[in-house]
Amino acid sequence: MDLTIIWAFIIAFAVFAYVVMDGFDLGIGILFPTFKVGLERDQAMNSIAPVWDGNETWLVLGGGGLMAAFPLAYAIILPATYPLIIAMLLGLVFRGVAFEFRWRDPRHRALWDFAFTAGSLIAALSQGMILGALLQGIDATGRAYSGSWFDWLTPYTLLTGIGTVAGYALLGATWLVWKLEGEAQAHAYRLAFRSAIATLVLLAAVSLYTPFLDADYFDRWFAMPNFLFASQVPLLTAILAYFLFRGLAKKQEAAPFWLSLGLFGLGMAGLGVSMWPYVVPSQITIWDAAAPERSQMFMLVGVAITLPLILAYTAWAYWVFRGKVGEDGYH
Amino acid sequence: MFETFDALLLARIQFAFTVSFHFIFPAFSIGLASYLAVLEGLWLKTGKAIYLDLFRYWIKIFAVAFAMGVVSGIVMSYQFGTNWSVFSDKAGPVIGPLMAYEVLTAFFLEAGFLGVMLFGMSRVGKKLHFAATCMVALGTFVSAFWILSVNSWMQTPVGFEMGANGQFLPGPSWWDIVFNPSFPYRLVHTVIAAYLTTAFVVGGVGAWHLLKDASNGHARKMFSMAMWMAALVAPIQIFAGDMHGLNTLEHQPQKVMAMEGHYQSHPDGAPLILFGIPDSAEKRVKYAIEIPKASSLILKHDLNAPLAGLDTIPDDEEPPVGIIFWSFRIMVGIGFAMLGIGAWSLLARMRRKLYDWHWLHRAALVMAPSGFVAVIAGWITTEVGRQPYVIYNLLRTSDAASPLDAPAVGASLAAFVVVYFAVFSVGTWYILKLMSGPPHTGEAGVKRTEKGPIRTAGITPGPTQNPGGSQPVPGNEGEV
Repeated sequence: MDLTIIWAFIIAFAVFAYVVMDGFDLGIGILFPTFKVGLERDQAMNSIAPVWDGNETWLVLGGGGLMAAFPLAYAIILPATYPLIIAMLLGLVFRGVAFEFRWRDPRHRALWDFAFTAGSLIAALSQGMILGALLQGIDATGRAYSGSWFDWLTPYTLLTGIGTVAGYALLGATWLVWKLEGEAQAHAYRLAFRSAIATLVLLAAVSLYTPFLDADYFDRWFAMPNFLFASQVPLLTAILAYFLFRGLAKKQEAAPFWLSLGLFGLGMAGLGVSMWPYVVPSQITIWDAAAPERSQMFMLVGVAITLPLILAYTAWAYWVFRGKVGEDGYH
Repeated sequence: MFETFDALLLARIQFAFTVSFHFIFPAFSIGLASYLAVLEGLWLKTGKAIYLDLFRYWIKIFAVAFAMGVVSGIVMSYQFGTNWSVFSDKAGPVIGPLMAYEVLTAFFLEAGFLGVMLFGMSRVGKKLHFAATCMVALGTFVSAFWILSVNSWMQTPVGFEMGANGQFLPGPSWWDIVFNPSFPYRLVHTVIAAYLTTAFVVGGVGAWHLLKDASNGHARKMFSMAMWMAALVAPIQIFAGDMHGLNTLEHQPQKVMAMEGHYQSHPDGAPLILFGIPDSAEKRVKYAIEIPKASSLILKHDLNAPLAGLDTIPDDEEPPVGIIFWSFRIMVGIGFAMLGIGAWSLLARMRRKLYDWHWLHRAALVMAPSGFVAVIAGWITTEVGRQPYVIYNLLRTSDAASPLDAPAVGASLAAFVVVYFAVFSVGTWYILKLMSGPPHTGEAGVKRTEKGPIRTAGITPGPTQNPGGSQPVPGNEGEV
């Protein structure tokens, strides 16, 4: 296995870690207005206050790692999705400061709660649309993006954007099922059920749309022998979806969250089937975009040493704040 | 809108704007994280509650500042790709790995332990909590290490090879790249600047509360600690800055020429221009007040040493003189003012008037934000001084930008300006509100619940209720 493939998996892992970890943070932001002002909202936010910053750091690893390992891809994808990236960043500004600001200014708490939701929604929508823009194809000439600055806006990208919002809402709702109690938890169960339906419908729509964007995608999914492997992805998705609904109906607390993560994992696998081995579909493969071996090797040493440590202390931080949020926050 | 603007200029303004805004927060949080670690360490060592009170007082401020640093920092990690994609493609193989190391060794460390630092005291106990605080402080320093290595490599690029596709590729030694010639100087100078910035904020807050109530023991303690930093570290900083300047003279002479306002060469000793108005059209400094031969003395340690001027540099390779000339003087002026405050505080200590000399407190209060001005001025000096290059002498800024239309860059710049001013002004206001409350015994930590007393603005109990800061508030031992 060559270094470029290893790096493709590392970046994919960072993106996946970001999507699921900040996904439930953003999902809570999206669902925030449906929780009652006061204790319910405080608890919802307290359930992620100690971990959101660490979760968001995976986005920096995904972006910074892409620049380091696949600089050409970074240099083409970001200008191609320019307004979406800017919108995402500004959304994350509002979302991030709301964690602190709402506690600093009780008189304007409603304003920062709105900023929390609007920021989360914009960030989630932008991220989904960036994915859609990547999948539908980016015009590149030589080593630069050559399209216009609104190429990213199509029905397909709107579909992927809304699908991501629904998926994040599912993650957020199932996280809250796990962390809340009583009436707030019952509300989270209802939200999880609805967002699960929305997520699966939109996931199906995106999955059916994607193979028809490009003949290459179609072949990767439906040509033999690929079909035998690729078809496992929707099959497993159906199985996980069954257990998710069953878990929600049986009022399981932790399982729905993990099953939702599983759905995202399968979504990521499906994305891999569609894109491999391209990083800019149909244009630039991971080998075209890869940094030289010296860069890859130097970073791989760092990843090999630090990633296990990062995962260990991140797990510890989650462990410290395990269990129900309770009425006193984490104090 | 923006169609008539130059996309390159807009992109440059956008980077300058977003990085300057961002830099304010780490300049504060690098020093404050270390200060918090010192306070908690002193609390654990001595058991004195005053250190815990101060820790809790400052951690609320730290939480707000850190959040603003995080959100403005994420923007930076994407600015390279959105607006400077050609630079990212060309330099990515060299600087990308350094930034990846920053994420892996610093950002995760800070973010991973921040939650425990802010909310975890009662869950993990004092010692583990102290360890978490130290990890956050270490993370802020490691972050500075890597990002300044990146910046220094752009200033003094070494250890690379040119690829056939126009990319800068790493040479055989990463050590050469990381520890490029200007890096050690820039790292020391910048990190000390962050410590001084924090010291003057802490000192200013202490001075403010001493002016209102000279008997406040907590204000006395923070003021005293801050003034020790000023007295001890300001001289070190001036020395480090001088060393950094000599290093710049060696590697980036035209930056020093612009800082000094030396349009012309001086074959037998160059004057130190204290003030004047640089006129790049006429290539001279008007109304200059200068000390003959002093510049040669400082830069070459010889009164009569020749110093080359910008007349030896082709016009299209010169940095803009006016900005650098002034930003450099602002930075240096503040540095000496800091030195003066430090010396004044030593005099006050000798006379046993440290807590009663109101003119010292007023001066310290005025100087409270000076560190921010100095670091931004210093940053402008070094970044504008590298122009017209983004990678010194190798890649021009004008050849590094993304292929974007002016309306796209202009619209995003406008959005950043509006959002940053709105959000960060409010955040700064919240920090000032927290600072306006006097530090007192039984300080509450970061409270996150509607139940129980909320001290969101740090003004309860108010100054009238608790003038001496002596009434203990029960029931929050062990909370942070």
